Amino acid sequence: MSASVIDGSPAESYIGAFDALASAPPVPAAVRAMRRAALERFAALGFPTTHDEDWHYTSVSPIAGQEFMPLTARSGSVRRADLAPFTFGATGWHTMVFVNGRYAPDLSDRGGLPAGVTLMDLATAWSDAPEAAAQVGTLTSFENSAFTALNTAFMVDGAVVRVAHGVEVDRPIHLLFVTDAAAAQAMMHPRNLVVLGRHARATVIESYVSTSDALYLCNPVTEVTVGDGATLRHFKMQREGARAFHVGTIETRQARDSHYVSFSFAAGAALSRTNIYTTLGGEGGGATLNGLYMLGGEQHCDHQTQIIHAQPNCFSRELYKGVLDDRSHGVFNGKVLVHPIAQKTDGKQTNNTLLLSDTAQIDTKPQLEIFADDVKCTHGATVGQIDQLALFYLESRGIGHALARRLLTYAFAADVLETIEVDEVREGLERMSLERFV
Amino acid sequence: MTTMPLLEIKDLHANVGAKPILKGLSLTVDRGEIHAVMGPNGSGKSTLAQVLAGNPAYEVTGGSVAYDGQDLLALAPEERAQKGIFLAFQYPVEIPGVSNAYFLRAAYNEIRKARGQDEVDPLEFADLMEERLAYVDMDSSMLSRSVNTGFSGGEKKRNEILQMAVLEPTLGILDETDSGLDIDALRVVANGVNKLRRPDNATIVVTHYQRLLNYIVPDFVHVLANGRILKSGGKDLALELEEKGYDWVTGDAPAGAGAVA
Repeated sequence: MSASVIDGSPAESYIGAFDALASAPPVPAAVRAMRRAALERFAALGFPTTHDEDWHYTSVSPIAGQEFMPLTARSGSVRRADLAPFTFGATGWHTMVFVNGRYAPDLSDRGGLPAGVTLMDLATAWSDAPEAAAQVGTLTSFENSAFTALNTAFMVDGAVVRVAHGVEVDRPIHLLFVTDAAAAQAMMHPRNLVVLGRHARATVIESYVSTSDALYLCNPVTEVTVGDGATLRHFKMQREGARAFHVGTIETRQARDSHYVSFSFAAGAALSRTNIYTTLGGEGGGATLNGLYMLGGEQHCDHQTQIIHAQPNCFSRELYKGVLDDRSHGVFNGKVLVHPIAQKTDGKQTNNTLLLSDTAQIDTKPQLEIFADDVKCTHGATVGQIDQLALFYLESRGIGHALARRLLTYAFAADVLETIEVDEVREGLERMSLERFV
Repeated sequence: MTTMPLLEIKDLHANVGAKPILKGLSLTVDRGEIHAVMGPNGSGKSTLAQVLAGNPAYEVTGGSVAYDGQDLLALAPEERAQKGIFLAFQYPVEIPGVSNAYFLRAAYNEIRKARGQDEVDPLEFADLMEERLAYVDMDSSMLSRSVNTGFSGGEKKRNEILQMAVLEPTLGILDETDSGLDIDALRVVANGVNKLRRPDNATIVVTHYQRLLNYIVPDFVHVLANGRILKSGGKDLALELEEKGYDWVTGDAPAGAGAVA
């Protein structure tokens, strides 16, 4: 056992810090009990090590080696103008802003929601409408995840999104989690719940961003259910500060004929890990998990996806692309599990990486476990560099070397960005992919 | 005004990898002229075109190239383009994800910027595009498509000439633009090139066949074999080659003959 990590002082200090939650907003007794159980589970698990199969390529020792204090009170001095770089220039979105982990009503705009939509902060839900948040903790488990256990032990706020049967929400719901300098040395554990009823339709964008280069840990968990015939477009934008740590999990349960369309964009943080898990729990459903990560410097970014085909006649499509410069390190682990009864499963997974330097590194690991015999499941991975002939072609037209490289980087990312159906997001990410490697 | 030739290639040697391809090629091109460079497969025609455009995959091992009095070989590919050199590729490169319109405007503006001119906005550029599309009988739908992606062979070649029409080079180099084209497409491409002809620019037409030269009439024809120009003449030389084949020149050449041009 690597005792220094598991039994080190940080884990113990979090157990001590747990008492600070007594001053946090009141929560139902069941939530108090869940937090306590999660804390005990975290203490038993400790932080994962690279001996753990799920963390083989990502060492969290930089996180384990820090002492982060839970932030439960409101803090920070973020103004509306500070949010402009993170709102995609969009107007009319339903926006909830959280500053350093706590809901900031003054910066938010929940207006114009159709009837049948609930959009509220978790702290308020626990005190005023606990039934709206009753599913928190029921859709994901902290049993084998130290980070989810840590989140559950320290969760104080987040977003609750509920869309009633048959309700279609046209404009995106943006959950914007911003940190500023006041988050230095803090840990935040946003906890979100998204519930779509039968034949509901909505777009939810989670953004994790920073206006400072403070060192902090952001460890969100989002639980999702997508009802019969419902469609959720779910974006995650990870644009944390340059020194930040980000570990986040999204876990989704899909009912029959439902569609879950996920896009994960990651360009921030020194060290990040995003888990996106979905279970196709009813026939005829589909899951589309796409993503793009763009890294430079010494950044480390890990995506783990898991698609469980638990019922027959479902499809899954997965396209993750990475652009890696300098000494950055990308990790992609795509798990697909097909249960014995999940016949006629149609799955396809692709991970493509563009390496812009000789020192960047990618570890890509498809992991297909298929227990049904009448399925179609494929996977493929490519790793390449800038095409020298294409570079010369652009240069021979008068386009300078640097711009030519940026254009080819953008071109590499173009097909996965084209899948984004929210114009502002697609155009914003296209701009970012052109400008990321200036 | 100027007596300096537009392009003066002297004793040029170039390798691909360790293999010598050009072995002492000399050629002088003046403004207002069209030169055809013909030769059998493997003679070094495409290498000449790529070296002039600055492809880093080719290594110049000797000789000199003066362009408008400047040392061309010292310039990066984009600088050559900014100074008016354009290579129409034999095999145009597909760039999925970048629209033709974006690509053309980026190139146009980069060249203007390098010349100290203002960039043009998308609307102004659209007017220019509309006019130049007509040069090669293309419609604007191809502007929204990714560069050369999924284009037929003929579309790719026309797209090369379209780029040439937009960038208006001082020295255009057509590398086997005719190969793979049917006669109708060939006419369209040749018409485009002829429309761009001016007294102050020049064109080098690299081709394997005489056919293109019925439509783009050269002032000079050079026969390239084994990395050197073995014979030069007027447009009739192309007809003679067509009739007698390249063996006529390569066999005819006295041992150790230097460049003729």
